[in-house]
Amino acid sequence: MFRDGTVLGRLLRTPRAVFGLVVLLIVVAAALGADWLMPFDNEDMDFESLLVGPSWPHVLGTDQLGRDTLSRLILGSRVALQVSLGAVGLGVLIGVPLGLVSVTIGGRIDDAIMRVMDAIVVFPALLVAVALAAAIGNSLGTVILAIGIANVPWLARITRAQALALRELDFVAAAEAAGTTTFKVMFRHILPNALAPVIVQATLGMGYAVLAEASLGFIGVGVVPPTPTWGNMLQAAFPFLEQQPALSVAPGVAIFLLVLAFNLLGDALRDILDPRLRGVVR
Amino acid sequence: MQRYILRRLAQLIPSLLLITFLVFALMHAIPGDPARMMLGAGEQLDAKQLEIVRREYNLDRPLPVQYVLWLAKAASGDLGRSTTSQRRVGEEVAMRAGITFQLGLFAWLIGICIAIPAGIVSAVHRGRWPDMLATMGAVGAVALPGFWLGIMMILLFGVTLGWLPTRGYVPLAVDPLESLRHMLLPAIALGITSSALVTRQMRSALLEVLAQDYIRTARAKGLARWAIVIGHALRNAMLPVITVMGLEIGRIFAGSVVIETLFGIPGMGRLMVQAVFTRDFPVVQGCVLVMATAVLVINFATDILYAVLDPRIRYDK
Repeated sequence: MFRDGTVLGRLLRTPRAVFGLVVLLIVVAAALGADWLMPFDNEDMDFESLLVGPSWPHVLGTDQLGRDTLSRLILGSRVALQVSLGAVGLGVLIGVPLGLVSVTIGGRIDDAIMRVMDAIVVFPALLVAVALAAAIGNSLGTVILAIGIANVPWLARITRAQALALRELDFVAAAEAAGTTTFKVMFRHILPNALAPVIVQATLGMGYAVLAEASLGFIGVGVVPPTPTWGNMLQAAFPFLEQQPALSVAPGVAIFLLVLAFNLLGDALRDILDPRLRGVVR
Repeated sequence: MQRYILRRLAQLIPSLLLITFLVFALMHAIPGDPARMMLGAGEQLDAKQLEIVRREYNLDRPLPVQYVLWLAKAASGDLGRSTTSQRRVGEEVAMRAGITFQLGLFAWLIGICIAIPAGIVSAVHRGRWPDMLATMGAVGAVALPGFWLGIMMILLFGVTLGWLPTRGYVPLAVDPLESLRHMLLPAIALGITSSALVTRQMRSALLEVLAQDYIRTARAKGLARWAIVIGHALRNAMLPVITVMGLEIGRIFAGSVVIETLFGIPGMGRLMVQAVFTRDFPVVQGCVLVMATAVLVINFATDILYAVLDPRIRYDK
């Protein structure tokens, strides 16, 4: 699918996908190169300039402890990406095999798996995250686990729907006639063809993960300070909203742009990989 | 119709059991002594106290027995006691749930009031500027963190302009106008994502219906465009929209956890977050159970409504 480069080529001719890719590249570069890109150390306190607005040398201003907002924003991109990759990765690793196994075995087991998925859907990611935070304490791992769990049912359902449709096609019958084991048919023949909608859903899921992480950080049950995240930066900034609004603006814009990038990229991928899916995927 | 409802109702029961099981499992997946947790962490607890709690919550029985006993209690509204306030969790949650429902309903209505007209205008003027505007707005709104929009609205309408209160809650019965004024900003912050998703669904559903033959017939008859859209197309286009609108309620519940904290509204979401900080596990558990059950029941109601509105799906599987 990606081998001949057509998907990437078509993405690059779609303006919204280009926007998404550019933003994503900037965030990835910020996360990887944070150590070199940050103008100040994220813990450096400049007591000469507390709560200043955008000015030189603090381009995006400082917080109540005189820490540089831009530096903390750059460092915060790490958690945003870790959570989105981790949570969606977890969702794919559990959801996709579950969907395939469900179709392979079929019958009661299929019903049971799907019922469990239906039950998980009624627990929104935020709810699970808050409950987990109460149970095992909040950390990066808890946040990834909670948002990951919420991703599982969607990915399992999509994989299952794809596998059900693909199973009826001739190439699967041919593989089965050639004596390929059911397991091999599923993972070697059906899975590669079912990947397109999974990739789309995963991309959109990453945007949602960024939003969820920010929300959790804001209410104080996400990744805890001193590690800066865009969510906990907003939490820390809120009491100083009147004194220094810029402090509350910057992280929000960062969250918005990254989520927008994932969504636009997901939308463009959907149109390119499978136009029939428009409006079907969450 | 009745048979369909009964069948769906029968499906509801295993789902409900599964949800209660997941909530119960969550509680018992926690490392440590549940009796200690029931009493609240941090205090020095003597063995006698722990023994009393163990007996009260049947913690000395095998897990499956515990589950059944817990379920029976939960079904009668007994969700245990808060470890901080010592009040019954059932009462506490019931008190707060009303506030969350009010906020959620308001947010949902705001979302719909924006989304349905925006979706219709977008579909009718497909490809022209109103469509572009609505689509761009929807794409932007989906990516917008609701709580951050809330912060920005507090900054604009509260801090800068001073038009609206930005914190607290006034019961509807005490002062309806003040109550709505307090709820307006949080409801917008909570409803904005829903409005975006419903707009997109409304647009695509209406476009699909408008392409059908009976619409062409109506047009050939000489009916005005708006008469066709409102009188003929909308009813059919609403079906998939209703499903999305129903699913949005779950999202609104989850969002209330954040929005209530931001605006200082004493609803279920805020209760839950506060309980996390005081490690008041029975309260967290009660809130999760009530919210998940509410989402399940609303999804069920959406399905039934869908069947009532669309005669085609009544008798088939």
